[in-house]
Amino acid sequence: MSLDAAAVRRIAKLAHIRLEEPEVETLRNELNAILGYVEQLAEVDVEGVAPLSGGALVAPRARDDVVTDGEIAEAILANAPAREGQFFAVPKVVE
Amino acid sequence: MSPTDWTIAEAGRALAAREVSAVELTAAHNAAIAALNPRLNAFITVTPEQAIAQAEAADQAIAGGAAGPLTGIPIAIKDLFCTAGVRTTAASRILEPFVPPYESTVTGQLLAAGAVFLGKANLDEFAMGSSNITSGFGPVESPWRRGGSDAKLVPGGSSGGSAAAVAARMAMGATGTDTGGSIRQPAAFCGLAGMKPTYGRCSRFGVIAFASSLDQPGPLARTVEDCAILLGAMAGFDARDSTSADRPVPDFRAAVGRGIKGLRIGVPAEYFVAGMNEEIGALWQAGISWARDAGAEIVEIALPHTKYGLPVYYIVAPAEASSNLARYDGVRYGARVEGEDLIDMYERTRAAGFGAEVKRRIMIGTYVLSAGYYDAYYLRAQKIRALILRDFTKAFAKVDAILTPTAPSAAFGIGEKMDDPVTMYLNDVFTVPASLAGVPAMSIPAGLSAEGLPLGLQIIGRHFDEETVFAVGRALERAAGFNAKPAVMAGGNA
Repeated sequence: MSLDAAAVRRIAKLAHIRLEEPEVETLRNELNAILGYVEQLAEVDVEGVAPLSGGALVAPRARDDVVTDGEIAEAILANAPAREGQFFAVPKVVE
Repeated sequence: MSPTDWTIAEAGRALAAREVSAVELTAAHNAAIAALNPRLNAFITVTPEQAIAQAEAADQAIAGGAAGPLTGIPIAIKDLFCTAGVRTTAASRILEPFVPPYESTVTGQLLAAGAVFLGKANLDEFAMGSSNITSGFGPVESPWRRGGSDAKLVPGGSSGGSAAAVAARMAMGATGTDTGGSIRQPAAFCGLAGMKPTYGRCSRFGVIAFASSLDQPGPLARTVEDCAILLGAMAGFDARDSTSADRPVPDFRAAVGRGIKGLRIGVPAEYFVAGMNEEIGALWQAGISWARDAGAEIVEIALPHTKYGLPVYYIVAPAEASSNLARYDGVRYGARVEGEDLIDMYERTRAAGFGAEVKRRIMIGTYVLSAGYYDAYYLRAQKIRALILRDFTKAFAKVDAILTPTAPSAAFGIGEKMDDPVTMYLNDVFTVPASLAGVPAMSIPAGLSAEGLPLGLQIIGRHFDEETVFAVGRALERAAGFNAKPAVMAGGNA
């Protein structure tokens, strides 16, 4: 399967990455090279094999549903590119 | 011998005997960094004053009789570990202004053990690469040179700054992270020992995520024993990482000298890839002989799905990366590029902040997870990942460890292998299977190529059996007698 320019633009939209027009053709070629390389996986018989999602041998633990920290708004906001009071600030989304 | 040339074990003895102070040891490394880092670019951020302050505290601990094996030992921290109050970039421009308000578990444990942090080591952007060429802060230059050549070589990646710093004697050891070979391949390229522990052995809390089911912190150092000392402080259960293994940390250092008499060591036929570099093949044969001479029994084994490891990795890792890197949107931390509206701001921020390799991987990951393609790519890759784990499980019913080369070649030049992404990806062909299976694996310095560059051998072990990996690593290290030094290093290569 080979990606065309429209597919590359659609993927970039899904990934929230702005592409300039010259990048589309470069990425199309690179992504198709990678997809061509992984195509060999189609030849493996995976009938009845359960997928392995993680590297751990045991299922991830769930912790107790309790509050373990808080009252650290300043630490959380310290790296914000823009803030207003104790809030992250973003461009207006509602007219 | 200059103190910068000591191993961690030697420095620990010298500190305990009060032959050198931690401040002197740290000052020597600060000086080495000041002299060499402008050229090698192994560090993104250096923290010499903080290092001296930590060394002063270490000297007090030593004077008070409260010193451990890492007290006063100056090390480099890969700039993927969050360090409280010290900028942490993941070598990405999108995190250029990021100063973490908290400490990663691994670095916190190292600080508690008395280690001194010299600075934050360069890497491939978000740990995505095998050369350090993708760093947003410029490539790292390897301290090694081909005989009779001045061509600049890559240190490997992604923990390339860590490896270059330790090889050039700017640090005694370093933290790295390994997702598909990012500790082992740079260790091999720079003539070092590097250990990727079992998945779950070291906490991922505070380690900037690339591919969460594969990422694993580990040490790089100049000897196997030094790696064992570092891992002893880095490892351990952490409730803040849901995949952290709740099991005791063995005495890794004690395991190093166990010997390998009677161990069964597997040699997988599938790693004899077609057209294997002759030098690599010869080194592997030498390693097999060394293991046999040390009393191990060599057993031929089969890992039939080996060749699918790399294509599986290049679906699974980008898929997880596309999800993990969704958080960089210019809202809560990092760089922002303003736009016409919220979506435009996201898109411009990510276009400007991410480099080409990161964008490629996010795009591939987004595609293989998208509606209509998920089953054909991602789900199929996960099933083949299960088959790769099954291969290892079967093999480890017959053998105690597996011996392979670490990388298919010695280090290459900066600018080589850039023709297309897949050529670069092939660097990881021998390291990726152990990552997918979650088993521990280490690279040890085993010899030099005809051009005078280091070559590594890889030892793979059972889940949570780093001890056997260290024992085999030490036996091979002893037999190899690797003592070559890079062209560029503190004090000069005398």
